[in-house]
Formats: sequence, structure tokens, C-alpha cells
Amino acid sequence: MEEFKTLIVILMSSVLVNNYVLNRFLGICPFLGVSKKINQAVGMGVSVTLVMLVATLATWPINEFVLERFGLEYLQTIVFILIIASLVQILEIVLKKFSPSLHQGLGVYLPLITTNCAVLGVCINNINDGYTFLQSVVSSLGCGLGFLLAMILFSGIRSRIDETEVPVFFRGVAITLIAASFISLAFMGFAGIVDNLFA
Amino acid sequence: MKKNSSLYVLFNGILRENPVLVLILGTCPTLATTTNVFGAFGMGVATLAVLICSNMIISLLRKIIPDSVRIPCYIVIIAGFVTVVQMLVHAFVPALYEMLGVYLALIVVNCIILGRAEMFASKNSVGKSALDGLGMGIGFTLALCAIATIREVVGAASFAGIAIPFLEPLKIEFFVKAPGGMVVYGLLIALVGRLTKGKSPKKKDFTCVGCPGMSFCTKSTCNVKKEV
Repeated sequence: MEEFKTLIVILMSSVLVNNYVLNRFLGICPFLGVSKKINQAVGMGVSVTLVMLVATLATWPINEFVLERFGLEYLQTIVFILIIASLVQILEIVLKKFSPSLHQGLGVYLPLITTNCAVLGVCINNINDGYTFLQSVVSSLGCGLGFLLAMILFSGIRSRIDETEVPVFFRGVAITLIAASFISLAFMGFAGIVDNLFA
Repeated sequence: MKKNSSLYVLFNGILRENPVLVLILGTCPTLATTTNVFGAFGMGVATLAVLICSNMIISLLRKIIPDSVRIPCYIVIIAGFVTVVQMLVHAFVPALYEMLGVYLALIVVNCIILGRAEMFASKNSVGKSALDGLGMGIGFTLALCAIATIREVVGAASFAGIAIPFLEPLKIEFFVKAPGGMVVYGLLIALVGRLTKGKSPKKKDFTCVGCPGMSFCTKSTCNVKKEV
């Protein structure tokens, strides 16, 4: 039961409190670039969640049973980025073969995820925080869902920005960042939620 | 200044094509490490070191690396240098290592480095690539320090960790929190756009070229073209 409570706390804190995009600034590029329409935002969010989960499933055991056992922790960065890059490629090939419809929906987003810092970030953070395998998986799921949530919320705001008259020099990235800051401000309201979850 | 002279290449990165404020690359470290000037400067120098080394090696190998597997090759080269920098920082500046945490490892996925490899180092000589790395790195460091100065002085009433007592009652903590960083960054981008009106290259000229995803990008995923 204690274990289950811990998992819920990890999930809630990674979705709401420590939201990767809005609080830890990981994965800002796709957040600003692909959030223009809601269907694109959902496609990107789902792909990132999927890749985060698969990447954690692969990197955690490799770190535990290969890198730490042989004292190779300093190779972590190289090994992880290579694993993520090849996983993304494999995932794309598998999806193309077995689920063409899903591939049509997500396929275009997958290659862009290789250089997404949120995926590498979640793998490294799971190790640094000393999570067990199950906790790592839950935390990656939470981070992915948090990313998806932020993308969906933000795509709604951006469609409103499109309809307004923005001062010339603020057009494009500047106004987008300022709008993102307001969502981030709203998410700060969740700050205390996890501490009192089971109080 | 002549378009291909070394000086032009160097200053291009610092001013005209500043990676942070004009090209809008490397947004994640820009927002995450600018809560104080010390961290921002450290991040800038670490990125500068990786950028120069990776640009030089990639430029040296540009005729050897086959075109179809160049992105993975670049990533391995960059990851190698990031590991070197990580170990150096850990050994000599442990305080900085603690402060930057995961973001030091994440230099490997910084779009500036992969973008310059793809955009510049893979087409130019070693000397020019090194200069380009130096210019871009200095531009990155300066922009980070500028953002960090605003955020730290206004938000924490200190500069590089040294408290400024007379500002203490006026500090607005919002600016060192996550949303404050976005506001300051957005305002600076708008300011640079205002100051360089007509002089700076239009964003659409290079946003796609500089994008690390360019080689596999199908235009439908990315709306850079429509956005500018």
C-alpha cells in the first residue's frame, strides 16, 4: 500500500507540480513549434509519451545491469542518447509494419523526438532520483502525460492568439513565450497539492 | 564587412544571427539556467567549449561521414565532448556541476550545436568552423548572461550570488520562478526585433535550415514556414 501511495505521488507530481515543459523547461522546442493546432499537439504529445515510456524501459535496466555493474557511469550520456535515437528508429519501423494507421498519425512526429531534451531528461532524472524500475516507469508516464496536457492547453491558447491583433514586434515567438508564461503561472498553483495528497 | 571574411563569421554568431535571441535555438537551457548569472555563464562556457570542439571535428570529418548516417555520427561526436566537459566541470567546479545538474548532460540535445554542425561545419573549412563555434558560443553566453542579469537582479536582488542590499525590499520573486523566465525571454526577443528592424535576417530564411530535424522533416509536422 505504501508503495502504491508513492507511485500515485510520483505520478501526480510529474503531471502537475513538476511539469516538464512548464516548470523544468524540458522539451520547449516542440512545445513552441508543434502546438499550433490541437490535432498536431495531441499527435506530438502522444508520441513523446510513448517514446518516454519505451526509452525508460530500455535505459533503466541498461544503467542498472551494464553501466553500474562495470563502473561505466561516465558513459551514461553517450549510451542513453544512442539508445533513444535507435529506439525511435525501431519504433517507427515497427509502427509502419504493424499499425499503418497509427503510423500515419504519429509517424511524422517520431523522428523529431530524437533531439527532444525531455526524453533524455526523464531517463537521466529517473536515475538521479534513485527510482526503482516501477517508479521510473510511472514517472515517465507522468512526465509524458504532463507534456500532453500542456500541449493541449497551449494549443487552445494559441488559436486565440491567432485571432487577435498582436503588436508587430511581438508576433511569432515573443508573444508565444509570454502566453506560455501565463500557463506556467497557472500551474504554479498546483505546488502544494502533492504534500497533502494523503494527509 | 565582406561576407566570407573570418571576422564576419565570428561576429555573425554574436550579433546578426545570435542563436538565442534571433535564431531562437536552445530555448531549454536558456530558460532553465538563467536564474542566476553564475549558472548562466557556466552553461554558456560549457556549451561554447562543446560547440568549438564538435564544429572542428565534424568539419575535419565532413568528407568521410556518409550523408545518410550523418545525424547519428554528429550526435556521437557531440555526446563525446559533452561527457568530457561534464567530467571536467565535475572535477574542477563542483558547485557549478551541482547547480546545472541534468542540464549539463542535456547540452547533447541542444539544437544550437546540432544546428551549427548541420548548417555550417559540414560545409566549411576547419578554421572557419572553429570561428563560427566561437562566435555562436559567445553569442549564446552573452544572451544567457543578459537574461540572467535581469532575472537575478529583479527577482533575487543579487548579482552572481552577491546580494544588492538596497534592492532587497523591491525584489519581485516572480522573475526567478519558471514563468518569469519566459516573460523576460519573450520581451527580449521582441526588443531585439524592434532594434534590428529591417537589418536582421528574416527568421524564415534559416529557421528550417537550422533545425536539427530538417533532414527527416516532412513539412506537415512543422509550421515554421506559416508562422513567420
